[in-house]
Amino acid sequence: MTLANDTPTALSAAAIAQAGSRRLQRLAMGVFCIFALGLPFVASGYHLFQFAQVLIYAIALLGLNILTGYNGQISLGHGAFYAIGGYAMAILATKFDVPYWATIPVSGLICFVAGFLFGLPALRLGGLYLALATFALAVATPQLLNYRGFDAWTGGSQGLQLGKPHAPFALPLTSDQWLYFLCLVCAALMFWAAANLVRGRIGRAIIAIRDHPIAAETMGINISFYKAMCFGVSALYAGVAGALGSIVVGFISPDSFGLFLSLSFLVGIVVGGLASIWGVLFGALFIEFVPNYADQLSDLFGESAKALPGAIYGILLIGLMYLMPTGVAGVIRTAPGLLSRLFSRPKRV
Amino acid sequence: MLAKRLQGIILMPAPRSAKSNGGGGNDHAAGAPSRAIRMPRRRKADCFGDMSATPRTGAAPLLVVEGVSVRFGGIVALDSISFAVAGGQICGLIGPNGAGKTTLFNCLSRLYRADRGAITFEGRPLLSASKHEIAQCGIARTFQNLALFRTMTVLENVMIGAHCRARGGFFADALALPLTRREEQRIRERAMALIDEFALGAVAGTPAGELPFGTQKRVELARALASEPRLLLLDEPAGGLNHEEVDSLRGEIQAIRDRRGITVLLVEHHMNLVMRVSDQVVALNFGRKIADGPPGEVQQNPDVIRAYLGDAA
Repeated sequence: MTLANDTPTALSAAAIAQAGSRRLQRLAMGVFCIFALGLPFVASGYHLFQFAQVLIYAIALLGLNILTGYNGQISLGHGAFYAIGGYAMAILATKFDVPYWATIPVSGLICFVAGFLFGLPALRLGGLYLALATFALAVATPQLLNYRGFDAWTGGSQGLQLGKPHAPFALPLTSDQWLYFLCLVCAALMFWAAANLVRGRIGRAIIAIRDHPIAAETMGINISFYKAMCFGVSALYAGVAGALGSIVVGFISPDSFGLFLSLSFLVGIVVGGLASIWGVLFGALFIEFVPNYADQLSDLFGESAKALPGAIYGILLIGLMYLMPTGVAGVIRTAPGLLSRLFSRPKRV
Repeated sequence: MLAKRLQGIILMPAPRSAKSNGGGGNDHAAGAPSRAIRMPRRRKADCFGDMSATPRTGAAPLLVVEGVSVRFGGIVALDSISFAVAGGQICGLIGPNGAGKTTLFNCLSRLYRADRGAITFEGRPLLSASKHEIAQCGIARTFQNLALFRTMTVLENVMIGAHCRARGGFFADALALPLTRREEQRIRERAMALIDEFALGAVAGTPAGELPFGTQKRVELARALASEPRLLLLDEPAGGLNHEEVDSLRGEIQAIRDRRGITVLLVEHHMNLVMRVSDQVVALNFGRKIADGPPGEVQQNPDVIRAYLGDAA
C-alpha cells in the first residue's frame, strides 16, 4: 500500500479513483436517503406532490431504460403503458372496489402482459421501425381512451374521479405526505429489483443482445424471448408508475397521456443517462420541473412571449445534450476519474 | 517448377509424424487430467468399450455433415458437403476465399439455414434446433471478425459464455433469490479460472472493445470455452495475429483438445498452423469438398494444389 502511494502508477491511480468513486457513491446515497426521507416534513403540499410525481416518473423511466438503454430497443410509446396502468388502477378502484394499494401490482401485471404481447410482433422490427410502431401506440392510446364505446369503463373524455386516500393505521401523516411515502417505498422496491436484474446473468444477456445480437444468440441466449420479456418488464414498470400516478393525482383522463408524455420519457432516460439505474432520477427531475420552469421563465418576458416555453425547453435540452452527451449518469461516472487526473497531474512534473 | 515452389510455400510444414497421427486419439486421453476429459471419454466407453487398440478412423464420429447445400440466390455456396469428425480430433477446414468455409460454420451454428442435407452432433439432428439451443447442445464458436460484447468487461464477456450453463430467470434475478446468487458465484469462479488460464487477469475489468486485437481473440476463445463445449468451432483464429501469437495459439488449440478433450473444427488460412495442429483436413473449393484426410495426404492432393495455384499447376 505504501509503495503504491509513493509511486503513483496508472494502476494505483485507477484503483484510487475507483475507491474514491465508490466512497462518493455511498455518500451520495446517504445524502439522497436523508433528503428523500426528510422532504415530506419540510416541503409544502404542492411541492410534495411534485416530488411524488418525480418518483413516479423515475419508475417509468427505469422501465424504459431497461428496454432502450440496456436492451437497445427504442420505444416512443411508453406513455401508452403508463396510461394502461393508470386506467387499470382507476377502473379497478372505481368499478370493482379494489383497495387502491392492491391495484398497484395488478396494474403492473396487466401492463406486463400487454407489453409482452406487444413485444412479440415488435421483435420483427428493429431500430427506427420499432420506434415507429411504438409511436403509433402512443398516438392511438389517447384516442382509444376517448372512444365512446369504452365510456362505461373509461369515463370517456370526462375521465374518472378518484378520492385521495388517507394514511392508514392512523399514522400522523397528511394525505400528501402519505402518498409521497407510498411512492418512495414503491420506487425503492422497483429500483432494487432493477439494479438486481441488470447486474446479474439476465442483465448481461440483455446487454449482450444490444451489443451484438448474433454473438448473443450463439452464446445460447434466446433473443426473441429476452426481447419480449424486456418489453414486458419495461411495461410493468410503466404500469406501476401509471397506477401510482392515478392514485397521487386522484383523477385520470385521456388528455394526460398524449404523445408528449411518451416523448418526455425518452427525453428523461437520455438526460439521465442511457443504461443507468440512478441516472433516471435526474431524468425524472428534468421532465417534472424543467417544463414548469420554462413556463415561469417565459412569463418573465411578458404577454408577447406566450409561445416561448417550448423554445426555452428546447434550448435547455440542446444545451444539456451538448454539455453532457452521455447524460447526468455519464458525467457522474467520469467525474471522479477526471478530478483525480486533474489533481495528480502536478506530481508528474 | 514455379508451381512446385509455390506449393512449398503455401503447404509448407511437414505432416504430423505417423506416431502422433496414428495413436493420438487415445494417447492424449490417457494422459489428460481427469477433470476435463470426463464427458467424451465416458461416451466412447459406452459405445465401444475399451478403445485403446482401435485405430482413430474407427472412433465414433462426433459430428456428421451429410449432403449439406446452401444457396444464396443463384449462387451455390455449399454443394452437397459431407464429412465426419471423430471425437477428440482437430479437424482443419481449408479452401481459397469464398470456398464456403464460413458458410459451413454458420450452418453448424444455425446462423444460416441449410437448404438440403443433415448435420448430426452426438447423434442428434442439429438443423432442427434453434440458434440459441446450439450452445446448450455443446457447440461453441469464435468469429472470423471479432464478435465480443464491446461495452462489457472481459470478465462479463466470459461470464456470458457460461450463460447456457446456468439457471435463473427474470424474476429470480430481479428478486436476487438465493438460487441466482449461487449460480452467479459459480459462473464467476469458472470465468475467473478461464481468465487466468488465458492470461487475461490484468484486463479482466476492462471493456472488451478497448483491448488490442490479439487480446480480444483470446477473450473470444475463453468466452467460447466458458460454455463447456464438446465441439469448438474456430473461424480463422490466426487471422491478424503476429508470428509469436500464432505460435502460442497453436499451443492453446492443442491444449484445448488434449486437456479438455474438446473436438476442434478449425477454419484457417494459415497453412502452417492448420497442417501442424490438424489430425484431419477437409478442403473446400467453390462450395464442393475436394479433399478429406490426414494433412500430409491433403496437401499432396492435386485438386487442392490446383485450387490454390490455378490450372498452371
